[in-house]
Amino acid sequence: MATTRLSRRKLVAVMRPSPDQIRDWLDAVPDPEIPVISVVDLGIVRAIHWEDDTLNIAITPTYSGCPATSVIAMDIEMALHAKGLNKIVLKQQISPAWSTDWLSEKGRAALENYGIAPPQAAGGPERCPNCKGTNLEKVSQFGSTPCKALWRCTECLEPFDYFKCI
Amino acid sequence: MPKQDEALFQFLLRMGDNTLVLGHRVSEWCGHSPVLEEDIALANTALDLIGQTQFWLGLAGEVEGKERSADDLAFLRDVWDFRSILLVELPNGDFGQTLMRQFLFDAWQSIMLGRLMSSSEKRIADIAEKASKEVAYHVERSAGTVVGLGDGTEESHQRMQAALEYLWPYVGEMFMSDEIDAEMVKRGIAPDPTSLREEYDALVGRVLREATLTIPDDPFAHKGGKTGKQHSEHLGHILTQMQWLQRAYPGANW
Repeated sequence: MATTRLSRRKLVAVMRPSPDQIRDWLDAVPDPEIPVISVVDLGIVRAIHWEDDTLNIAITPTYSGCPATSVIAMDIEMALHAKGLNKIVLKQQISPAWSTDWLSEKGRAALENYGIAPPQAAGGPERCPNCKGTNLEKVSQFGSTPCKALWRCTECLEPFDYFKCI
Repeated sequence: MPKQDEALFQFLLRMGDNTLVLGHRVSEWCGHSPVLEEDIALANTALDLIGQTQFWLGLAGEVEGKERSADDLAFLRDVWDFRSILLVELPNGDFGQTLMRQFLFDAWQSIMLGRLMSSSEKRIADIAEKASKEVAYHVERSAGTVVGLGDGTEESHQRMQAALEYLWPYVGEMFMSDEIDAEMVKRGIAPDPTSLREEYDALVGRVLREATLTIPDDPFAHKGGKTGKQHSEHLGHILTQMQWLQRAYPGANW
């Protein structure tokens, strides 16, 4: 029936998943280095918007040289391709600079559960992610990835990663 | 290119070549450090510096407008087109010398980036904002290590003093101004390098005192890297390592 036929533009708009829906999908894309948190938990997905039939996503790098950045971009594209989205433009946005304040509460809890102490404004871990002890010492300012430092618990004697606060 | 953009292009090369050459130098330690934690720390620092290089040289390519990417600028220029200061080209020496060089550079970079965060050129302010977070960690670590080794054993103290004496004549180049800097100052893009010296001397003086080290009392400063007039012999050797793949297999990608 001609009266219910949608214009092409409207049809495109109806078929487009909402940015919230896309954010939900991206919340299932794991960080390649720390697979217990998603790229959304990490706070690096800064903007999602449609421009006609093209999906624009702005991503911010955690650290300038983090090699995971390009893997993350590829994982995001693959995940959205799997949802049937093909016209995707990923843009790198460096300002405002990424901050660990953007980690989600869910992400922080998942980190600790995984054995990585979440970032604290005080500049060091609050407690050992393993035994929850609070007598801690710094082993090295840098850890296994750019975003982490190496600490040790002097109660259970286990070394652990601390997610640096920046 | 208009004269103004040429100056901006040169300024960006200076920023990017410093981080590129030092990033490469520091990466030479990968797998060779005295202890695993230090190996990881050095590799992480190198990674940050090379990441920052992508921003600086990426923007330089944009400003130049000849469609040269950050990779093109890094891997397809020869010695005379590099604008890195001589300090970052110097050989690593021992671990102490590497960390002393790192500290002398980190201290300058942390002050410089702090100023660039209020650059009139938004793209530069954005890079500075991003990089300064990383450099805050670098300078904290290198300063801590310089103090630990300087005020350490007799042997480590002696080596750190020797490193400082070797490297100090290369510090002055960071604070020399020329017509490119004048143009940057005029347009509110970057500070006059000489204006950073006071803050630098205060920071470096405080750390070296704590490290029980003595700053050489000689104002002589080597120069020629920043302007590209005369690099040290070391830069060519670095480039043979850094660029060989792109030279042997032009356009190779992964």
